[in-house]
Amino acid sequence: MATPEENRAALANVFTTALAIAPDRVVDALAYNAIAEWDSTAHMLLVSELEGAFNVMLDTDDIIDLSSVAKAKEILSKHGVAFA
Amino acid sequence: MSTAPVALVTGASRGIGAATARLLAQSGYRLVLVARREGLLREVARECEASGALVSVHPADVTNAGAVTDVFRSVMQSEGRLDALVNAAGAMADAGFAMTKLSTLEDLFRVNVSGTFQCSQLAAKLMLRQRSGSIVNVASKVGESGSAGQAAYAASKAAVSGLTKSLAKELGPLGVRVNAVAPGFIETDLTAHYGADARTAISANIALRRLGQADEVAKVVRFLCSSDAAYVTGQVLGVDGGFVL
Repeated sequence: MATPEENRAALANVFTTALAIAPDRVVDALAYNAIAEWDSTAHMLLVSELEGAFNVMLDTDDIIDLSSVAKAKEILSKHGVAFA
Repeated sequence: MSTAPVALVTGASRGIGAATARLLAQSGYRLVLVARREGLLREVARECEASGALVSVHPADVTNAGAVTDVFRSVMQSEGRLDALVNAAGAMADAGFAMTKLSTLEDLFRVNVSGTFQCSQLAAKLMLRQRSGSIVNVASKVGESGSAGQAAYAASKAAVSGLTKSLAKELGPLGVRVNAVAPGFIETDLTAHYGADARTAISANIALRRLGQADEVAKVVRFLCSSDAAYVTGQVLGVDGGFVL
């Protein structure tokens, strides 16, 4: 079982990989469509990477709801991934 | 873990789906076979295993969203990747326009469109991890050309063509190809109810003057799954012997 710190690092890594952005831009407030890099295409990659990194399967409601880094943590928490 | 590519085939218990499963098995794929009828599905699986393929069997109805999700969850856990999806599960209904119930239309859309849509959605998420993959849908000649007495079926298959072209545009930038085959009159269980006179009349409208076989469609599906089709996406390929409707 990964620690909250490891999960936070993994989440940051997923966002930097899927959105192709620098790690320091991955903050809770970062939101879908708020930056050019997080468009609908990148969103699909993000979902795919999140599922792979945390071994979860997100349903469509989760994917629609995944509107920020903070939301990602909230959704993943429902699947048993701890961030705090 | 084996390095063989992984293909998931729906409707794999008969017709074009079964023929595709057999050909992909011969081509070195690991197979995930899905269909409602477990007995028939296991027979196809045994034939595929005889070709040396590793096969997992998942009795499931593509109209059951929960069951479909469970299949893909299983693929994610056991295979960790997916290289090809063949959406061959389908249903057909012949009826004049005035005599087609809305429930028939809805049933056809549930199998032909919603089933294909959900499987593609779940498959795409797996394929995006490796930034590659091929989705092949089974559309129809009648979806492209229209057919008197098959309005509901034609509408559902036209939707499959539209879905194919749209997904090709959305997933192409991420490395996933999406194509469809549009079979003409193929001799399968779906067309078994056509009598000899109807078959003769249909053959007269086919340039090659004969009905098609599931295997002939499956060969095109296999091509579209393969790297030989690496620069092919968004296409609906007619496999109809020159059928004019």
